[in-house]
Amino acid sequence: MSEAISAVDHDDHSHGPAKGITRWLFTTNHKDIGTLYLWFSFSMLLIGGVLALIVRAELFQPGLQFVSPDFFNQMTTNHGLIMVFGAIMPAFVGLANWLIPMQVGAPDMALPRMNNLSFWILPFAFGMLIATLFSEAGGLNFGWTFYAPLSTTYAPDSVTFFIFAVHLMGASSIMGSINIIATILNMRAPGMTLMKMPMFVWTWLITAYLLLAVMPVLAGLVTMMLFDIHFGTSFFNAAGGGDPLLFQHIFWFFGHPEVYIMILPAFGIVSHIIPAFARKRLFGYDSMVYAVASIAFLSFIVWAHHMFTVGMPLAGQLFFMYTTMLIAVPTGVKVFNWVSTMWRGSMTFETPMLFSIAFVVLFTIGGFSGLMLAITPADYQYHDTYFVVAHFHYVLVPGSLFSIMAAVYYWFPKWTGKMYSERLGKLHFWFSFVGVNVTFFPQHFSGLAGMPRRIPDYALQFADFNMVSSIGAFIFGFSQILFLFVLIHGIRNGKPAAARAWEGARGLEWTLPSPAPYHSFTHPPKVTDDEAHA
Amino acid sequence: MANAAEDSSVYYIPDSGWYPIALAVGLIITMMGLGSYLNAMSAGESNSLTQTVIGFGIVSVVLYCWFTKVIAENQQGLVNSTVKQSYVWGMGWFIFSEVMFFAAFFGALYYVRAFAVPWLGGDGAKSLTGDYLWPDFEAVWPVMNNPGAADFPGPEQNMVAPNISNWLSYLPFWNTVILLSSSVTVHWAHSAIKAQNRSKIIIWLGITVLLGIIFLGLQVEEYVIAYSQMGLTLGSGIYGSTFFLLTGFHGFHVTLGTVILFVQFIRSIKGHFSANDCFGFEAASWYWHFVDVVWVGLFIVVYVL
Repeated sequence: MSEAISAVDHDDHSHGPAKGITRWLFTTNHKDIGTLYLWFSFSMLLIGGVLALIVRAELFQPGLQFVSPDFFNQMTTNHGLIMVFGAIMPAFVGLANWLIPMQVGAPDMALPRMNNLSFWILPFAFGMLIATLFSEAGGLNFGWTFYAPLSTTYAPDSVTFFIFAVHLMGASSIMGSINIIATILNMRAPGMTLMKMPMFVWTWLITAYLLLAVMPVLAGLVTMMLFDIHFGTSFFNAAGGGDPLLFQHIFWFFGHPEVYIMILPAFGIVSHIIPAFARKRLFGYDSMVYAVASIAFLSFIVWAHHMFTVGMPLAGQLFFMYTTMLIAVPTGVKVFNWVSTMWRGSMTFETPMLFSIAFVVLFTIGGFSGLMLAITPADYQYHDTYFVVAHFHYVLVPGSLFSIMAAVYYWFPKWTGKMYSERLGKLHFWFSFVGVNVTFFPQHFSGLAGMPRRIPDYALQFADFNMVSSIGAFIFGFSQILFLFVLIHGIRNGKPAAARAWEGARGLEWTLPSPAPYHSFTHPPKVTDDEAHA
Repeated sequence: MANAAEDSSVYYIPDSGWYPIALAVGLIITMMGLGSYLNAMSAGESNSLTQTVIGFGIVSVVLYCWFTKVIAENQQGLVNSTVKQSYVWGMGWFIFSEVMFFAAFFGALYYVRAFAVPWLGGDGAKSLTGDYLWPDFEAVWPVMNNPGAADFPGPEQNMVAPNISNWLSYLPFWNTVILLSSSVTVHWAHSAIKAQNRSKIIIWLGITVLLGIIFLGLQVEEYVIAYSQMGLTLGSGIYGSTFFLLTGFHGFHVTLGTVILFVQFIRSIKGHFSANDCFGFEAASWYWHFVDVVWVGLFIVVYVL
């Protein structure tokens, strides 16, 4: 371990960060850019969270309390867009920036200046997107899926700025993915063969390919919208020979891989944390890699399961039903492998482990409800109800978001050189865990009973479930303030952390001192068997 | 850092700099300007492109500075073979993302021809839409009479290829010939670089750029004819929509490719390329082959079939 540290000790390359604000504006350093991504994503989480709480406050009781229906629509729309594109995706890119160079034994990302560009596009793009809420013509109100013709014929003027914001964040994602692919394929330390790569690196490699394949499709889609709105084309207008359903097909061809873009890196994170706290090697590394690859492949041939009720030909419905159910196989492999990793491990339950175990359990619930939705005839009943809302929030909140929080706690000592307060961390976990279940579990029931999504008012029989759900949402929302406090408290008052902050942690990043030096590995480290396969 | 080129284990990390964030600022100024312009245009209000032009100016200047710096770094020997390999991966996967961008439009064309239009004409699972709303609509491709003819008057003529014996007087055929030849000439320029024959490099690259410009000129000619004589516009329903967006975005990419090749042309006059250090040229030529392949696909599914 100490050899690796001495190798990175000061040579001509280790000039530190610049002083002042220009450090952040002009930086080409993967750690600085990772930090920027993570704080950006956290601020988006809070903004998107406030919008969600407005929604839940309105739904606390039947009847219209606080907001008009149109404003309610703006809240759900912007909540979805901000959380998907502003909170979850940038958080994973931030983690990739921080971790991938350290985990593959590289000094930095492959294309550092482009790395800076892909980050700095985002604050501007989201500034423009959020500003539409305050525009005269009214904010975006067509749902995060922006189906035509709601987003074309009947859209407020602000849709033009939304389209350009999507173009910009798409460009940012594409550049980020290219950077990640080049880093992983080109900058691994000697001896780190593909099948010795850490799982987080594997999952991000595959995620980057998904992004490259579908973000341009999204760009093409919003471009067609732009032309329908401003130049008189008729892609999504049947009067001109087009078809609004064409919109949905292209959207979900992007949208379904997009769902996996938000969960594959989470799989990678959990595959690091569970072995570390079970003090065992990850069970079935190879099958984990093949499972991720299979899930990624399947994600391209299941998109129309979001559209079972639009009146597809029967053959289409059957095809998409079976392919969707097939995804349960590789996903099941992963869940079984995580459980087998814990089996007879010498387990401890620090905060990252708690979040990871909650991830496995709650993500599996979200997976099972997904399986229910995959059954076409049953989906006719569930479609566009709160059951769907419960399903995708179970995979996105205690799924993606919990994994991000687990990652932040797990690598916090490596990033800051300090330990967070375990007591406060656990408190944050339990508040979040309780809050998330109280919020989303009742939505299964209101959905099965027929409550439609995206409405500001509802029939009386749904009142109790909604009240419980709203209480949970406020618990969950405010416990993220605690998260912020735990982080700041750790940065300021935390005890110094050792290089290998967790005794069971494996991987090259733990051979570096804590905090990690400004440029990770100026000379490639030796990959020992002990640190590989982490 | 001076020894970077010899020591393959040291990766060149550029110092921090203002280009990226300036580019981001330029982009957002351009996009916001364009958004306001389009909204005002569609509302029939007065509008101006000033902000867009300023933003685009910033983007162009920054890109110029950025590429100049990267070229200078290479000439100083900072860029070793590992860094160059990153550029190779970067360009390769960028082209892949461009392929997927076109895939969205090709996919739309396929869906419309295979499903949407036949359904509107009363076929298959979704025949009711056609039966109830537009019982008179006849599903043929190209769609010359749109279902809602009041809002979307159909084109008077279309661009579909005539019988193969008449192709000599068919403009898209000549465009195909031009673009395919330009792929060959750019390849000959590459061979000339490998053979270190600078005058040949300049000649073949110059001819390639010229062919690109001729292609674009003929595309403009085709659009002028479509608008002025054939009644084929963006507003002529789904045929005009798919025709103009597919050929238009292809034309946009040809424009970009021509500019990139022109830069390589200038660089070859300056003697930048050697037999084993010519990635700028190679990246440009890959891009050119890519737009060429897209055109072949376009010619087949938009014009011929």
